[in-house]
Amino acid sequence: MIRERYLNMMVLALLVLVPAYAVLMDEPFTITLATRAVIFALAGVGLNLALGQGGLVSFGHAAYFGMGGYAMGILASHAQNYEPLMEVPFVIEGTNSMPVIWLVAIVASALLALLIGALSLRTTGVYFIMVTLAFGQMFYYFTISWPAYGGEDGLSIYVRNQFPGLNTLDPIQFYGICFVLLLAVLYGVNRLNKSPFGLALNGAHQNEERALTVGINVYRLRLVAFVISGAITGLAGALFADLNRFVSPTMFSWGVSGEIMIFIILGGVARLFGPVVGAAVYIMLEHFLGGLSEYWFIYLGVILLFVVLFAKGGIIGGLSKKETRHAG
Amino acid sequence: MTTILLIEQVLNGLQFGVMLFLMAAGLTLIFGVMGLINLAHGSLYMIGAFAAAAVAAWTGNFLLALMASLIVAAIAGAIIELTVIRRLYDRDHLDQVLATFALILIFSEATRWVFGSFPLFLNIPDALKGTIILPGGIEYSLYRLTIILIGLAVAVGLFLLISKTRVGMRIRAGENDREMIGALGVDISVLYTMVFALGAALAGLSGALVGAIQSVEVGMGEPVLILAFVVIVIGGIGSIKGALAGAILVGLTDTLGRTMLPVIFGTFMEASSATTVGSALASMLIYILMAGVLLFKPTGLFGKA
Amino acid sequence: MISTKTKQTLKAVGAATAVALAMTSGAMADGHGKVKVGLITTLTGGGAALGVDIRDGFLLGVQQAGNDGIEVVVEDDQRKPDIAVQLADKMIQSENVDILTGIVWSNLALAVAPAATAQGKFYISPNAGPAQLAGKGCHKNYFNVAWQNDGPHEAAGAHAKELGFKKPFILAPNYPAGKDALTGFKRMYGGELAGELYTKLGQTDYAAELAQIRAADADGIFFFLPGGMGISFLKQYSDSGIELPVVGPAFSFDQTILGAVGEAAMGIHNTAQWSPDLDNAASKAFVESFKAEYGRIPSIYAQQAFDTANLIASAAAKADVKDMDAFRAALLEADFASTRGDFKFAPNHHPIQDFYVREVIKDGDVYTNKIIGVALEDRQDVYGVDCKM
Repeated sequence: MIRERYLNMMVLALLVLVPAYAVLMDEPFTITLATRAVIFALAGVGLNLALGQGGLVSFGHAAYFGMGGYAMGILASHAQNYEPLMEVPFVIEGTNSMPVIWLVAIVASALLALLIGALSLRTTGVYFIMVTLAFGQMFYYFTISWPAYGGEDGLSIYVRNQFPGLNTLDPIQFYGICFVLLLAVLYGVNRLNKSPFGLALNGAHQNEERALTVGINVYRLRLVAFVISGAITGLAGALFADLNRFVSPTMFSWGVSGEIMIFIILGGVARLFGPVVGAAVYIMLEHFLGGLSEYWFIYLGVILLFVVLFAKGGIIGGLSKKETRHAG
Repeated sequence: MTTILLIEQVLNGLQFGVMLFLMAAGLTLIFGVMGLINLAHGSLYMIGAFAAAAVAAWTGNFLLALMASLIVAAIAGAIIELTVIRRLYDRDHLDQVLATFALILIFSEATRWVFGSFPLFLNIPDALKGTIILPGGIEYSLYRLTIILIGLAVAVGLFLLISKTRVGMRIRAGENDREMIGALGVDISVLYTMVFALGAALAGLSGALVGAIQSVEVGMGEPVLILAFVVIVIGGIGSIKGALAGAILVGLTDTLGRTMLPVIFGTFMEASSATTVGSALASMLIYILMAGVLLFKPTGLFGKA
Repeated sequence: MISTKTKQTLKAVGAATAVALAMTSGAMADGHGKVKVGLITTLTGGGAALGVDIRDGFLLGVQQAGNDGIEVVVEDDQRKPDIAVQLADKMIQSENVDILTGIVWSNLALAVAPAATAQGKFYISPNAGPAQLAGKGCHKNYFNVAWQNDGPHEAAGAHAKELGFKKPFILAPNYPAGKDALTGFKRMYGGELAGELYTKLGQTDYAAELAQIRAADADGIFFFLPGGMGISFLKQYSDSGIELPVVGPAFSFDQTILGAVGEAAMGIHNTAQWSPDLDNAASKAFVESFKAEYGRIPSIYAQQAFDTANLIASAAAKADVKDMDAFRAALLEADFASTRGDFKFAPNHHPIQDFYVREVIKDGDVYTNKIIGVALEDRQDVYGVDCKM
């Protein structure tokens, strides 16, 4: 227990020290990489709530990631072109204010998760995996073929959106925003996991029948968890869009859903910092293996396979001996 | 739309469905018997197509190429079953998804490493080229008709294998009660390897058959894989009958949807926006179909509750 | 200073290039500073064949330019826009490149080009030419050496008209480049259509579309289906029993995929700004040296990248890249021996060039193209009027 907490502290320290070092050494790209890792970690923390805590293996979280991205893209492109979003029955203007965009991204992806979750949670096990996958693909094809917001071309936003009092174009300041959001969400999720809600969710994962017999409405419990999970991933999507100043249907593709799952598995399922470690390691692998060989996906595949087959509990599980899963 | 065109589109839908069945049958069999969800099934489809293209280029004989696709995919299937897959049977679905996702990465890049980035050539054999006139004056591709027949023959063969043979009996027993069959002295690990290789061989065959009229390239398996998932979810996972019904339903829905929706929208919309809206909706149609089926039957049409 | 990725690429290219590129230190012959080029292209996954040709063509061009000051960093975008943007940031922020180039796909170019020009770098496109960047979104530091996307389709439209098509059937995937393709075709064709279809992006089975074509009583077909989609369509078309003349842009009849299509492509007319048999000295020398270096016939992608490298080299010989105004003026002069013969830039920094009609032939046992006519002369894109620099 203590060792995992130590490890988490070390991870946080690295997330502060590495960008600070990059600022000193004037290596802005390292900050960009770190920002990417933090945003992916946030998406993973979102999925981990459903997947790790709730046992809901969603293979379609790209839908919420993309939804968050498009919330940013659509609002910012309207602001950029000075065209109102809608005029009838009342005028809604686009915006380039980050807090507003985040709010819209969270609400939009929560609503989407409510819709998809309400349908998908009627199924269980492998059906659930495939149904969520299929819903993700549905949105992927929809965004490609829907011409209003660029279709497959996506949307370019020329200037990063604004946050009051900060210069978001400065890499380290934008990193700071993402990092603080990640901390806030980690704190919230940790509280949630320890709350009666989180305990019930985990209990229903461990033993659904027992949860049902003590009178828990498992369907509703899971739906709420799924919606929160989608909302967090949606927020990550909005940040990712702002990092790239660009959104495209690729954000909806099933490869993205797979990547978010990989972060969790690499780091450790149902561990608070699992997705954080997983995302950071994945970004490093991508960066260094990608430099080694054109065929670096082979190495990534082998590493992933090894982790799944032999390192149960992921990196955190391997480094901290004690299982914390059932301790909470 | 004329009746002849409609019938031709139904045939096209049937052919697409039968092709999906070859993929879905293996997936659903493997899930039914071993409880395993295998994302790398699309890679086996790709391996079949590449093996066929390589052998066809070498010998010029399509029949040999088809056999190669069956054999190479079966061997590849057996190898990954022995080295990786069998470690996953008693894991949860999440581990299975991730491990087989890793296999996709390995297979795709390894294939590109061996064969290069350029698509390969594989063509229809001369004997099956061109069209024939069906009763009613419908001109239809001989090769596509052959695919329909091969697919239906495989379906019949699988039904017979499962319902009439000793191996089939064991497969059915394995689906119902895994411990029991082990207790009866059947070597379960050999049975599992065989079932996996059979599923792989079907995927490989399907890749080779389709490769002759499509593009043989890295990444060709994944779009088909996702469609095959939709098929088995609609049909009920583990059910061969469900896979056949689901495959034909998906094939018909997709084919008829993408030809008829733009026309239907055209009756009350301006032409170019009807094409846009119709095509956009058509690309989502099978997913809507799937959501609809699950709303009423959460375990698919033929799935066990 | 050469990245590991480049080193690795150089091994593949051959020792000669490695020497040419590695000798980046020391004074320059013409007294100008170095030029560092970041080449981001697709080297893994489905569309890798195009990216490989762009990389190889570009490196060959740099090698032959004989300018030791040009340094190239190669990275793989995996055909993902977010990876491409990230790599562009990396090249600008930590590699300090002066020029970015290499992107194959329009959607990736639309993500990277604005990011590059906004950070004060040149982006020189060797392939994608989306309308946005030629018109309203044009930029003084954005150049396109290939074509505006509509070009090859307009040429196909003009050729269809010349062939006397009265009712062609036209189809393309349902995404922005597909819509631009059909718009471009119709712009120059201008006549009646038997039908117009948008297929799903990535679709590989065209039985339903072929049935519609058969029923539509068309007298010709125009299609734009890049990559594997085109291979699938052509194979299925040749087996469908429909025997109508086909025209299309070069993308489905290019050297990277002709081998996979084979017999089914024979005799088809397609339009491009270049062909391996184009009769000029620069082109002949390019085809010969490309074959010698890589053992295959170059595609239009390789040719465009080769021209891009030569354009950069020609500007580097005249101006220092750090003096952006002077370097831009030098680029705009396009003072290099283009493999397509005549080449000049329009005010929106897109080419004014001829488009040829090519026919797919079999040369020995290799399928390739030969020129049979000119579709459009000195064609300039229609979006330039919206470009205010």
